[in-house]
Amino acid sequence: MKEVINLPVKNVEEEEYHINMGPQHPSTHGVLRLVVSLQGEIVKSLKPHCGYIHRGIEKMCEKDTYPQIIHLTDRMDYLSAHINNHAVCLLVEKALEVEVPERVKYIRTIIDELNRIASHQLWWCSFGMDMGGLTCYFYGLRDREKILDIFEESFGSRLLHSSYTPGGLMMDIHPDFQKNVKAFIKYFRKKIRDYDDLLTGNMIMQMRTKGVGLLSKEDAISYGVTGPSGRASGFSCDVRKHHPYGVYDKVDFREILGTKGDTFERYMMRMNEMHESMRIIEQLIDNIPAGDYSAKMKAVLKLPAGEYYQRVEASRGELGVYCISDGNKTPYRMKFRSPNFSNLSALDHISRGVKIADLVAIGGSLDYVIPDIDR
Amino acid sequence: MDNAALKERILGLVPDAEYQENKQFLTFVIPPAKMHDLSLRLKSEPDMAFDYLFCLSGVDMVKFLEVVYHLESTTHKHQLVLKVRTDDRINGAVDTVCDIWRTAELHEREVYDLMGIRFNNHPDLRRFFLEEGWIGHPLRKDYVDEVNIVEL
Repeated sequence: MKEVINLPVKNVEEEEYHINMGPQHPSTHGVLRLVVSLQGEIVKSLKPHCGYIHRGIEKMCEKDTYPQIIHLTDRMDYLSAHINNHAVCLLVEKALEVEVPERVKYIRTIIDELNRIASHQLWWCSFGMDMGGLTCYFYGLRDREKILDIFEESFGSRLLHSSYTPGGLMMDIHPDFQKNVKAFIKYFRKKIRDYDDLLTGNMIMQMRTKGVGLLSKEDAISYGVTGPSGRASGFSCDVRKHHPYGVYDKVDFREILGTKGDTFERYMMRMNEMHESMRIIEQLIDNIPAGDYSAKMKAVLKLPAGEYYQRVEASRGELGVYCISDGNKTPYRMKFRSPNFSNLSALDHISRGVKIADLVAIGGSLDYVIPDIDR
Repeated sequence: MDNAALKERILGLVPDAEYQENKQFLTFVIPPAKMHDLSLRLKSEPDMAFDYLFCLSGVDMVKFLEVVYHLESTTHKHQLVLKVRTDDRINGAVDTVCDIWRTAELHEREVYDLMGIRFNNHPDLRRFFLEEGWIGHPLRKDYVDEVNIVEL
């Protein structure tokens, strides 16, 4: 007869241990490493480790002229590339006191909103995928292609456009732009119902997200969590409403605010924002005024000595550009306040006490783009 | 509160604050020793209620190093910029504000990493982007790195 050996049973519940999530974990959507302290399955705390894709964009800006800097901002949050470009353009225009043509303002606003929809579509894809619904990825990317096609038609590139320049646009929009945008809105209004059928109404998804990863309004403000994630907690932080730029002061749209601040609300904010973005585009697309696509600008742009700050609403939150100029053609110091950087600071606070599987859902609902954190 | 009233209020709290001309924001340079107390009052007093720190930057002005705080009140919608200076380029330190505005924790780590300004009482002051053991602070004006920075 075999002897049965009784191994001493260790109580894993009591022991705290660390695991590395990332830098190559699929749910971090890039190279972010989270060192998670666990007790059993429960997250006790976590520490983010960044810098895997740090390129020193702020240092590079000090050697570049303002039109060159625009190309670097694309590479921060590549999913809202146009909106990042817009921030630098507005900053330069404000400093030089240049009035851009109305046509430019309209086109920029429409393209920003298209960019926001494209960004939220990709977020929806990857959020679905994080939760185990791989089908979402194909639905979302299929529709996002339509927006990228519109960008390609007008500006010649699909992801990193750099089509805004200080004073206006690099080139005018394609003659079919209005027709194609209207066709897209008509198409996407129908397709977004599929999104709800596929994921929003899904019981498994709702059970995994409702009441998980709570962030109160006070904490959202203190941690500087902006964008849809901040608004889910009830923090009214939409720069388009509070500090309007472009033609956001002329259009009617709602700033949707949540109350609970859980993962499901952060999800719903972005779904609702896509509807609002479509409403904004519809109000503007038929009214683009005729005129120049750029103001007359000098060949070499030198900002008067001083400090400038420009805020815009990127797809993940508030993007700030802080520039100190000493009167030369390159800035003395350029600082980007990136939305993802501040949103990341709240992750430790949000995820304390949740199960490790929920951490994936919370991370997905905060929608990181790692190059924007690292810059 | 409008900028004129706010200016008087700040100068009442910190008489030796230095007012700076700025087109966009009301700007003050605050003595480092008074920054933490002032921050506490800025956040807690209901007529000011600066609860949102929307940007924290480090700047190398060659003569001194500077930390710039951009503040906003979500209730009153007024904004304020505070600056704190240190001229010690080796051990220069200012007090942390991350116990007041939690977002400052990572921002201060970034400033320490790239600009080399230390923060007193910070709970976890380590480099954020660069690895431990990196020599120098890249955003400083006198930083020279022939290997990692490619001159065009």
